[in-house]
Amino acid sequence: MCRVVDVRKCFGSQEILRGVSLEVKTGEVVCILGPSGSGKTTLLRCINHLEKIDSGQVWVAGRLVGYREHKGRLHELPENEIALRRADIGMVFQKFNLFAHMTVLENLALAPVLVRRQKRGIVEARAKELLERVGLAGKGDSYPSQLSGGQQQRVAIARALAMEPKLLLFDEPTSALDPELVSEVLNVMKQLAGDGYTMIVVTHEIGFAREAADSIVFMDDGVVVEQGSPHEVIFNPKQERTQAFLSKVL
Amino acid sequence: MVLPDHEIAHRGRDYAAATPATDIKAVPVRHPGRWIGAAAVAVALAMLAHTIATNPRFQWGVVGQYFSSSSILMGLVRTIELTVMAMLIGILLGIVLAVMRLSPNKVLSTTSWAYIWFFRGTPLLVQLIFWYNLSALFPTLSIGIPFGPGFVSGSANAFITTYVAAILGLGLNEGAYMAEIVRAGILSVDEGQIEAAYSLGMRRSQVMWRIVLPQAMKVIIPPTGNQTIGMLKSSSLVSVISVPELLFTAQIIYTRTYQTIPLLIVASLWYLAVTTVLTVGQFYVERHFAKGGSRRLPLTPLQSLRRKLGEQVKGKSNDPRFTH
Ligand SMILES: Nc1ncnc2c1ncn2[C@@H]1O[C@H](COP(=O)(O)OP(=O)(O)O)[C@@H](O)[C@H]1O
Ligand SMILES: [Mg+2]
Repeated sequence: MCRVVDVRKCFGSQEILRGVSLEVKTGEVVCILGPSGSGKTTLLRCINHLEKIDSGQVWVAGRLVGYREHKGRLHELPENEIALRRADIGMVFQKFNLFAHMTVLENLALAPVLVRRQKRGIVEARAKELLERVGLAGKGDSYPSQLSGGQQQRVAIARALAMEPKLLLFDEPTSALDPELVSEVLNVMKQLAGDGYTMIVVTHEIGFAREAADSIVFMDDGVVVEQGSPHEVIFNPKQERTQAFLSKVL
Repeated sequence: MVLPDHEIAHRGRDYAAATPATDIKAVPVRHPGRWIGAAAVAVALAMLAHTIATNPRFQWGVVGQYFSSSSILMGLVRTIELTVMAMLIGILLGIVLAVMRLSPNKVLSTTSWAYIWFFRGTPLLVQLIFWYNLSALFPTLSIGIPFGPGFVSGSANAFITTYVAAILGLGLNEGAYMAEIVRAGILSVDEGQIEAAYSLGMRRSQVMWRIVLPQAMKVIIPPTGNQTIGMLKSSSLVSVISVPELLFTAQIIYTRTYQTIPLLIVASLWYLAVTTVLTVGQFYVERHFAKGGSRRLPLTPLQSLRRKLGEQVKGKSNDPRFTH
């Protein structure tokens, strides 16, 4: 579903991603762990082309992200095609980023109507189902500022789902939440994992990673240090850097 | 499973009931200084009102005579037309210039920068006279292929009447100021909002019109109200190119009758009246664009009247936070 091949990315003279490779199969949940500043957010942003990569390749759903290969040469995609491919990749942010001037229902319905050109009636009916699914039935007319952090993040997840994405990216979805609200978001994410969504989750919640992940990637300093099943990486880390990190967060 | 929210709310209610609230009864602090200050100001205001009302040279009779005369009212309508047209041009141009200024395209952003630099850097009065005299520079204007043949052409004097010159002069100048106001509004919108919109597959223009500008409005509206009130009065500058707006009409009358002061009072009263209407309008527009914000909206006069009446009926003061 998603294949990242030897991706490099610099900001100015600093190389933030130094040859990252990663493979996520359809229906798999991959958790990315790693210390702050190791390039996890940058990697997610490269996967949906919010950030242009300097070298390497990113494939999602069998297609190159941001480019088209034609007669052995890469052609940059025009803006509207980049946007359409992005629409297939849902993203959930640390700070929720719900549209503050719209109600919850409008947040969910905007992109399907505007980008996918679906009928408003159908979209809104589905949006209500999604709200029920994340435990927020009846909150459709609230504005984001009237909701708690946990509720906002669940709306953000529903908003991503409304586009029927092929791949879901989560960037530390519970890091901005009060501790007692973390579990309500993680529960929704566990449901999605169980429902067969393909997910890449950057998180510091080792418990969630152990329970929901099919495989775990440990990143540090712009490279993948270690990768394997939760059992291998969390309980028997081979690399010293992984051991050092886990001893701090466990 | 996820707990439904009404369930959570229900569980939380028990805590509130456990702590009974008691009203605080205390003697409020007295402020003698405030009373003395207020009395002094009241006396000064009374003296001022007395001289204005009784000094015969204010000629209140003349003020009354001209206040709703047809020529003054026509001037007033012209002034309002000029203000509305110039602000419309200014706001649209301001949005375009602000978006250009923030564009990654260097040609667009530099052009916008140069426009703002020029129109803010030269006096409005000079610009107005310039537009008025445009036909001296370009005797004929034509529409056609750039550097190629023209399809429609005519004398500049026919296109640029004094009225058009006035609207162009005011509107193009206003665009430069509005551009900076709109730019500040755009920059005030959180980066995360834009990121989220892109990640949903929206294009740049969709992000701008659906996500950024509506949220920028909260920042854009108050200074725009200010600009509109400023424009109402700047529009009097076009009297130099003989556009018969409010001030020019008053001037025409007093050069004939020598009743300078009363006619200036007539014009000023009308400017004050329109400013008042604009201020009220701004209040409601701000309320409209404040939706979704976390701050409580100020009450409309109707709402606060209702609330006051409601309080009197109940005979006690309610905490406004708990009534809707
Ligand atoms: N737009 C940017 N411009 C310059 N530096 C950036 C930018 N985005 C991220 N960085 C830098 O890249 C490094 C990795 O950032 P990030 O991917 O956010 O790490 P993580 O998510 O693992 O904490 C950080 O040192 C950060 O300062
Ligand atoms: Mg990060």
